Amino acid sequence: MMMRRLLISLLAVFASTWVAAQELRIEITKGNDKPTVVAVVPFSPPPGGALPENVPEIISADLYRSGLFKLIPPSDMLSLPHQESEVHYRDWRAIGTEYLVVGRMGRDASGLIIAEVELFDVYRQQKLFSQRWQAPVSDLRDMAHAISDRIYLALTGVRGAFSTKILYVSAVNLPNRRYNYRLMVADADGYRPKQILESSEPILSPSWSPNGVDIAYVSFEYDRRPAIMLHNLKTGQRQKLTHFPGLNSAPAFSPDGRQLAMVLSKDGSPDIYVMDLSTRYLNRITKDNIAIDTEPAWMPDGKSLVFTSNRGGAPQIYRVVLAEGWTERMTFDGDYNARAVPLPDSSGIALVHRENGAFRIAVLEFATGRLKVLSHTNLASLDESPTIAPNGSMLMYATEKQGRGILAAVSVDGIVRFDLPGKDRDVRDPSWSPFFNPPQSSR
Amino acid sequence: MIDVTKKLAGFALVSAVVLLGACSSTPEGEGADGAGTMDGSNVSSQVGSDVDEFGNPLKRVFYFDFDKATLNADVRSDLDKHAKRLNNNSISIRLEGHADERGTREYNLALGERRAKAVANYLAIQGVNNSRIQTISYGEEKPVAFGSDEASWAQNRRVELIDIK
Repeated sequence: MMMRRLLISLLAVFASTWVAAQELRIEITKGNDKPTVVAVVPFSPPPGGALPENVPEIISADLYRSGLFKLIPPSDMLSLPHQESEVHYRDWRAIGTEYLVVGRMGRDASGLIIAEVELFDVYRQQKLFSQRWQAPVSDLRDMAHAISDRIYLALTGVRGAFSTKILYVSAVNLPNRRYNYRLMVADADGYRPKQILESSEPILSPSWSPNGVDIAYVSFEYDRRPAIMLHNLKTGQRQKLTHFPGLNSAPAFSPDGRQLAMVLSKDGSPDIYVMDLSTRYLNRITKDNIAIDTEPAWMPDGKSLVFTSNRGGAPQIYRVVLAEGWTERMTFDGDYNARAVPLPDSSGIALVHRENGAFRIAVLEFATGRLKVLSHTNLASLDESPTIAPNGSMLMYATEKQGRGILAAVSVDGIVRFDLPGKDRDVRDPSWSPFFNPPQSSR
Repeated sequence: MIDVTKKLAGFALVSAVVLLGACSSTPEGEGADGAGTMDGSNVSSQVGSDVDEFGNPLKRVFYFDFDKATLNADVRSDLDKHAKRLNNNSISIRLEGHADERGTREYNLALGERRAKAVANYLAIQGVNNSRIQTISYGEEKPVAFGSDEASWAQNRRVELIDIK
């Protein structure tokens, strides 16, 4: 009952902000069974008029979306404190609140918005932190996500990833075999989508540099053939890195950002190459002349790559140690395992796994060798393109719902799930950004 | 004899244009590109589509099995006729490889390329000079049928042969 009321009030929150979201919207499809109960009390407003964004509502939505927390709706709160002196712990124990967030909004002389936020442990009757944020009115969503990150860190010990972004491709099929593709970037909650590139020819495989500023992707805009592009999101400057005959595919930055793994077929069959980004020197990594080798991804230590190869007859995941060229096969369950992406703690890889004709996202745990299927979209799902939040908490992927491409996210332990459906377009090919360091919003 | 062939080619071109017109007025969806594509005759992007000895247009679209890039036996006679045609003129061709939506996008790009190259290799063996054959893969990015079912997938796993000057 509680859950249902919570859901309704959250849906109301989302409904009121769908217009602002434009291209993507969030639908929570499955929650955690035993979430920690948190109350985010509406903050006291700043003097001088209402703000364009409701910061405590954004914080609540962030925490809820993580799947770890259940949020007390304001209508159930017995009191609405804004500072420590107004907090009566019994009011919060009475409605089962475990952690309490209160805050005050203000304005400084230059017009910046200030938020002073405190987090309390209700059962221990302890203040966990008291912190002040400031931001221009235009950056209130950044401020809210930064506060969510801080709360998440205090409650879980893990850095929050609410201030991150996602790259994705949105596409639509037009009449007479024409197509429209857009490369987009949005906040990790799907809000504030921005178009980076639009083309009548395919755009795919967007990928972040660990510097959080450069991205690489494949675009067919030149001569209707694929080129790997390097694009600076701050300056808008673009460089064509490769435009060889054949495939120019699957760019992936090394963890230090200095190299780019990619797939080229200029020498015959599709093979993995690594480009040194300062010299543009290309080093061929796989040398099989017959098989498909593709979808390289760097292990976090930068010393080896995992990739997809059909050298054994069907696509499976392999790992190559770059220094020695030594290669091992990693997946043995099933006849289709592809597009692996390492977990940030190197404990395993997420990948696309075919099972009974459906394509699902699974995690291969190195310690046990066990393949655990995470996505259960529907019986005949076509899940692909897994990407992992930089804190390792959530995994996003592309799937379909009612015949349309959508993005879905699932916690790496497989409990919570939310969807990001597009409005009128297929959305696909998500790529989760690294942490932005220093956090963009802590000014 | 030459005149007759020209007339037939002209007739084929007109039919292609008519079909194209018909296509564009069909509402977008499963039926639009689906109807009659199994013989590839309504693929409209080529110029001067050619005919066999009976005046039937040559197949321009060749279909493949899932995760396979091997030519099915039934496409060889049409490819032989294309080879003959190409050996008697100086036009170049572009082979566009495609995959269905299943599996991963980057793997499907590689698969589309293998399909295009399988057709290219077959034509090369029949004497068509490699320099006149371009191959490109669009993977699963340019479907012609939009359903999530075997009928649509089968139409999307294809190589299209397109004449370029």
